[in-house]
Order: sequence, then structure tokens, then C-alpha cells
Amino acid sequence: MLELHAINRSFGERRVLRDVSFTVTGGRMTGFVGGNGAGKTTTMRVILGVLAPDSGSVTLDGAPLTAEQRTRFGYMPEERGLYPKMKVAEQIVYLGRLHGMSADQAKTSAETLLERLGLGERLGDTVESLSLGNQQRAQIAAALVHSPEVLVLDEPFSGLDPIAVEVVLNVLKDFAATGAPVIFSSHQLDIVERLCDDLVVIADGEIRASGSREGLRAAHTLPRYEIQLGGDAGWLRDEPGVTVLDFAGGHAVFDVDSESTAQRVLQRAISTSTVERFAPQVPSLSQIFKEVIQ
Amino acid sequence: MSTPSTTRFSTPATLPAVWLVAEREIRMRLRSKAFLISSGILMLIVLGSVVAGGIFGGNQSLPKVAAVGTAVTAVEKTDAFEVTEVASVDEAESLVRDGTVEAAVVPAEGPVGLTVIAFDEVPNSIVSMLSVAPNVELLEPSDQNPFLVYLVAIAFGVIFFSSALTFGQMIAQSVVEEKQTRIVEILMATIPVRVLLAGKILGNSVLAFGQILIIALLAGVGLLATGQDILLADVGPSIVWFLIFFAAGFVMLAAMFAAAGALVSRQEDMGTATTPITMLIMIPYILVIFFYDNPFVLAIMSYVPFSAPIGMPLRVFLGIAEWWEPLVSLVILIASTLVMIVIGARIYENGLLRMGAPVKLKDALKA
Repeated sequence: MLELHAINRSFGERRVLRDVSFTVTGGRMTGFVGGNGAGKTTTMRVILGVLAPDSGSVTLDGAPLTAEQRTRFGYMPEERGLYPKMKVAEQIVYLGRLHGMSADQAKTSAETLLERLGLGERLGDTVESLSLGNQQRAQIAAALVHSPEVLVLDEPFSGLDPIAVEVVLNVLKDFAATGAPVIFSSHQLDIVERLCDDLVVIADGEIRASGSREGLRAAHTLPRYEIQLGGDAGWLRDEPGVTVLDFAGGHAVFDVDSESTAQRVLQRAISTSTVERFAPQVPSLSQIFKEVIQ
Repeated sequence: MSTPSTTRFSTPATLPAVWLVAEREIRMRLRSKAFLISSGILMLIVLGSVVAGGIFGGNQSLPKVAAVGTAVTAVEKTDAFEVTEVASVDEAESLVRDGTVEAAVVPAEGPVGLTVIAFDEVPNSIVSMLSVAPNVELLEPSDQNPFLVYLVAIAFGVIFFSSALTFGQMIAQSVVEEKQTRIVEILMATIPVRVLLAGKILGNSVLAFGQILIIALLAGVGLLATGQDILLADVGPSIVWFLIFFAAGFVMLAAMFAAAGALVSRQEDMGTATTPITMLIMIPYILVIFFYDNPFVLAIMSYVPFSAPIGMPLRVFLGIAEWWEPLVSLVILIASTLVMIVIGARIYENGLLRMGAPVKLKDALKA
């Protein structure tokens, strides 16, 4: 479990991070969401120890991180970068060996990963000869080659086509399943919604929300329901405790004052006509996001 | 991962990690055709000049003279001429006129008993061979032929200048490449910055030293093969000193080049950042060309760390350095190298993550 405790960091006069605290749990994928300049990259650099915080600390399983532990992290920086003139496999092997793998271990691991990421045919090509999407896959391999203790990915999906997103997603999910904490930032809220178990929302250098996806959703879910009836739903307007927001024939969206009101509405609906649909309205991640960053 | 594993790798110890970085530098450099071709050319030039020196130095032909009558014996006695015997003074004169011989020697009155006939200028070398010269005693005989001294000075100068500059620029370039491609962020998250710097310096120093060593061996073998072993015995010790000084001096320059590279984020800005160091390499080269025969300037040069790799070996060659002088100078050089590594590492560490406009030296030292 990776924890950030009240991290502050300024660049000159500009305060980029204010008391940033959150937890990344092992075995779960944590999505790190925020607008441009919200402080995502700075936070990740602090986790990696590439940047030192002005105050606050990062702990792993309760103990402060040591430089030696940090080297067992896997990192994919926002600004992609590999040596352009090195061969793909050679490069991943090199990074694996810098992490302490033997030449053989690094080679096996690099080849397996690249194979899974769909670069099996390109092992001997130089990085500069790959398309940007493929360079991105190689970059993922670079972060994963040494089976890191903690994985930190800055925008791992930007620039990938839908098929590549799927491939990378599967690799990451499998990796998280081994029990390591995985944190990744993304602008693509639909992907985050689909992939992550936990969410951290940052805006203006402050954490605005953090917790499990379901928890956040429940916290931001209004007592709002949607109903679709076979017959007319006009009677809803006269039901006590119900505020109708949207109405058209058999379809209506309404707020209720309590859970029992909703149940009463449902029972009456069943007794008057066929019910094609009755569901609480769950806000999408982007709705929650807009709400919390305001 | 397809095979969930709980094995965690721990980073290699400092030395293996330094060597990994160094090994990559070397491997990538050896893969570059431009590097291989330019090194090949440099080696060919060295070998070529050694062989050419052998051919032109070894086959120097004796001056041709024509001799008449009793003069023949006098001339042949010296063993310093290729003699053509002719019957008359007239015949000898005509050989001189058409250029077949440089001069004619004919019997004459006077203490030497010979007259030298030449075309339009006095053939001093021939005259001196036939003259009776007084004994000469030199108080401080110069061991070396001045032209040879000049050649050796230029050779040390050029080789130090070109190698230090080429490999130094390579280090700066490789630092900028890592910054520009941003891989430096991954590297910094993997290994300590000092390990990265040490690996870079080691890798490029090994290459630079390797190249110099090959050049020295080529020169040595070339001199032996062309029968110039006397020259080799003369130059040999100074070449060994040159190698030792180069090794220490280059590491110092390498640290400076790496620091300069860390100050900028684009290859385009590299020239400006490395200019001061280029100057420090160029000045000793220019000095040695102008002052190779000035013992005072050479003495100063041989102790200043930036010029010691040229100055001290040259003084050893000239035989004007006491036995302890190279050792003292080497200690000074190594000490300055250590200081420079500390300063360079600081600048390098502070400059690496600063992207965009070139970082001011002052800021990099302070932060």
C-alpha cells in the first residue's frame, strides 16, 4: 500500500501541490484524474523521487520510502522517451538490467512483454523506426520489465488506438492482479471509468475526491430515478414526495424524498401498467468529475 | 504479467550499474558508422605519417659530386658523397651546369688542396664535409633534432586536441540526447544520478583512451617496422607519459562536458554550452605550436592541468624535465580532475530535469 501524506511542492512562487494525501492500494488499479496543470505529473514525480517535496512524505506499507525501494518502481513518464537508435528489445533489456535483473532474466521478461504488447515482430527494430503508438507500447514494456513493486503510469493510453488500448489494458490488469499497487493518470475518463477500481481526483494541486469507484459514485448519486411505462405516467405528478424533472408519455425522470417513496412508486407502476424500465440514475464519471473540481 | 511472480529485483550495486551504463555507451558508439570511419581515418593518418617518415628519412641519397684526378681520393675518403669520376675540369663543370651533380671537386693550390665548383650558390654541406673544422664543445647539447621536436609537439597537440574534443562532444551529446528524449526521467527513477554520470564518463573515457592507445601502438609498430627504432627509443617514454596524462586529463574534461550537456535541452543549444571547454582544449594546442621551443612556456604548460597532457610529455621528450616533475604534475592533474568531477556532478544533477531554455551555470551550481 502506497500512501502520500500531506505533500506540498512549489516551483518558485507557484504552489503546485497543497497537502496532497491519498492511498494507492495493492492489487487495485487507481485512476488519477485531473485537468491540465492540476498537478498530476508533479505528484507522480514526487512518488518516484525524481522530485523532492517541500514537505510531506510518501510511505510504502507504512514505512518511508527509501531510494533503494524506489528503484523497484516501474515508471512511465508523461514525456515519452526511449533511446531512438537502440533496438526495441535491447533497450528494454538494458532497463531491466539497470533494475538488477540478470541478462537472461531481462531478455526473457522483455521478450514476453513485448510479445504480449504486440511488438513480437519488431524486437530487432530501432525505436525511431516504430510508429508513435508502437513506441508507446514499448514504453509500457519499459515500465513493466522488472515486475515492479509499484507501477506509476502517466497517461498510459494517450495516443493509442482502441485495439491497442485493449491490449495495454489487459496487460495492466494482469499486472495489478499480482498484488502490486498501480496508479495511472488519464484524461480519458471513459477508460478510467472502465478500468480503475479506485479514483483520485486532483484540481489546482488539491485532492478533491478519492476512494473506490463505487463509493464515489454512491456518494454523488442523487435520489433520482428513471421510469419507462407501457401506459401513461402522468399520475406521477400527483404522487407525494416525488418531483418530476422530465416527462414524455410513459417516460419520466424524477427525484424522490426517500427510498420508501421510490418503492411505493414502483409498486403503483406495476399495478397500473407494464413497467419496461425502472432504475436509479447513476452519474457518469465525467459528471462526478465536473462536480468535484468546481 | 502472464506469470504472476513475487520476485522483486534489487538494483545492482554501484559498480555493476556504472559498468552497465558505460557498456551501453561503448556499444552504441561502436555501432555508429561515422565514429568507426573517422577513427579509421585518424589511425591511417598516423600510420601513414610514420611510414612516410621512414621512407623519406631512410632513403636520403648522398649528394652527388664530380671529382677530377687527385680530388677523387680526397672526396671518396669522406664516404659522404656519390662520386662521379671525370677526366677534366671542363667536363666536371659541364656536369655541374646541366645539374647531373651538385658540385665538382677539383685539385687546387692552397691548404686544403681542393676547389669546389658549384652552379649559383655555395654548397655549404659539401664544403663543410671537405673542410677542416675546429673542435666544438657544447655546454648544453640539445638531444633532439629541432624539426623532430616540432613534429612530436604537433603530434601530441593534434592527438590530444582531436580526441578530447571528439569524445568530449560525444559525452555532451549523449547527455543532451537523454534529456531531449526524456529517457532521463526513467533513468533517474532507476539508478542514482551519479551512477549515470560515472558510467557515461567511464564509457567514453574507455573509448577515448582505447583510441589513443591504438594510435600509440600503431606509431610504435610503424616505427619498428620501418627501421626507425632509434627514434622509437627517443619518443617512447614521452608517449607513455602522454597516455597516462591523457587518461587523467580526459576524465576531467569529460566531467565538464557532461555538466555542459546537462545545462541545455536541445542539441541546437549544445554548441554554446560547450564553447568554454572547447577553448580550454584549443588554447594549449595553439600554445604548443608557437612555443614548442620555449622551455619557460612549456614548463608552465606542463603544470597547468588543461595543458599538462601536452606540455609534460613534450618536456620529457626534450629531456628538460626532472624525473619527479611528471609525477608532481600528475598529482596536480588528478586532484583537479577530482574537484572537477564533484562540481560537474553537481551541475549535472541539477540540470537534468530542467527542460526548455538553457540553465544558467550559477543556478545549476546553487540549486
